[in-house]
Amino acid sequence: MLDKNGIAKRIAQEVRAGWYVNLGIGIPTLVANFIPEGMEVEFQSENGILGMGPFPWEGEEDADLINAGKQTITAMPGAVYFDSATSFAMIRGQHVQLTVLGAMEVAQNGDIANWKIPGKMVKGMGGAMDLVASAENIIVAMMHTNRAGESKMLPSCSLPLTGVGCVRRVVTNLAVLDIREGAFHLVERAPGVSVEEIAAATAGKLVIPDAVPEMRIN
Amino acid sequence: MAISKVVNGSIAACDGVKSGMTLMLGGFGLCGIPECSIGELVRLGIKDLTCISNNAGVDDFGLGLLLQQRQIRKMISSYVGENDEFERQMLSGELEVDLIPQGSLAERCRAGGAGIPAFYTPAGFGTEVAAGKEVREFEGKPHILESALTADFAFVKAWKGDTAGNLIYKATARNFNPMMAMAGRITIAEVEELVPEGTLNPNEIHTPGIFVQRIFQGERYEKRIEQRTVRNRETASNA
Repeated sequence: MLDKNGIAKRIAQEVRAGWYVNLGIGIPTLVANFIPEGMEVEFQSENGILGMGPFPWEGEEDADLINAGKQTITAMPGAVYFDSATSFAMIRGQHVQLTVLGAMEVAQNGDIANWKIPGKMVKGMGGAMDLVASAENIIVAMMHTNRAGESKMLPSCSLPLTGVGCVRRVVTNLAVLDIREGAFHLVERAPGVSVEEIAAATAGKLVIPDAVPEMRIN
Repeated sequence: MAISKVVNGSIAACDGVKSGMTLMLGGFGLCGIPECSIGELVRLGIKDLTCISNNAGVDDFGLGLLLQQRQIRKMISSYVGENDEFERQMLSGELEVDLIPQGSLAERCRAGGAGIPAFYTPAGFGTEVAAGKEVREFEGKPHILESALTADFAFVKAWKGDTAGNLIYKATARNFNPMMAMAGRITIAEVEELVPEGTLNPNEIHTPGIFVQRIFQGERYEKRIEQRTVRNRETASNA
């Protein structure tokens, strides 16, 4: 089974040289830590930076330089700042090659819910609806089940939707799954996790091929 | 000769702002918010405001200060976490909240300033956000019609500004400020450094002064950090 860093490591393997990548808050943010040294990749944060770098050294924080999670960050050489309309032009206009974001629920038809629990939690969608409505390549990073042990991979979402039919791939602590033709397709198992465990934790329709390789994570 | 937009401080800048008005306030989280103007709005004690701002501040800073005094009737935002008082007022029904996708919020402000009454976007199709909105397909993909936003007053914060109202923002403190500057019927810019006209390089200006009606030199900027995340030199060198 993977921890949060393990999920981020596996997703980092999906990133290709030359890509602009938007990472959401939480596990997705960790993906930046596992991009191979020297690979030409730029991270976009929707509050207005391309070329986001690591957290600043202690004492060098700049209140004017943050990411979409409101964390202090640094800018890499070649970075650029821009306004929010330009930022979402990059996103809506499909100039960003990969979007990684978290979710509360994902459905077998690619629907995603991650912004609201009626009556309990209403923080807002932020940029998530714009991201999922336009991105060509969306990877969801999340735990396979919630804190109560219930599956987050469902026949249909029970929470208010963030986007419809948009998720292509999900990487969880248990597996890599692709979504197509109205079902989750098991692609890889996390180290030490059996197909049976994955099936038990997946409430939605799961297609299991004859061979399910174990992820290679170093 | 350039038209001077200079007013003497936040009190003069906020002249004419009244209860019941619709205000836009720039900033993302606490980054790039018009601190001085917010302070004056609190002092004025005006009520029943509709505030358009990406976020709602934190409990004791930014728009949270207006919420504390119950000065806001309605918030139009994309993300309102990190504020307990906000959540309390929203869940109890004291505060009306319109949550809209961040890109749609930015574009609605831009459209409001650019004379475009509405536009289609894919964001929010098939969700609560699309309720009551026209849906139309373009190239086989459904989009929803979003209308432009404008405000009686827009409050923006810039790094440098000149007497003609031209503005330059710093780093990610730019965020919503440029679009809101365009969409205010009266736009009030507060700057960390106010310089004479002709001092700023015209090639490097982000917001042209035509969008700014009043500008003033801000003071005592707190520039609070919401999530202080750092690397530790010792840990890094040991690793």
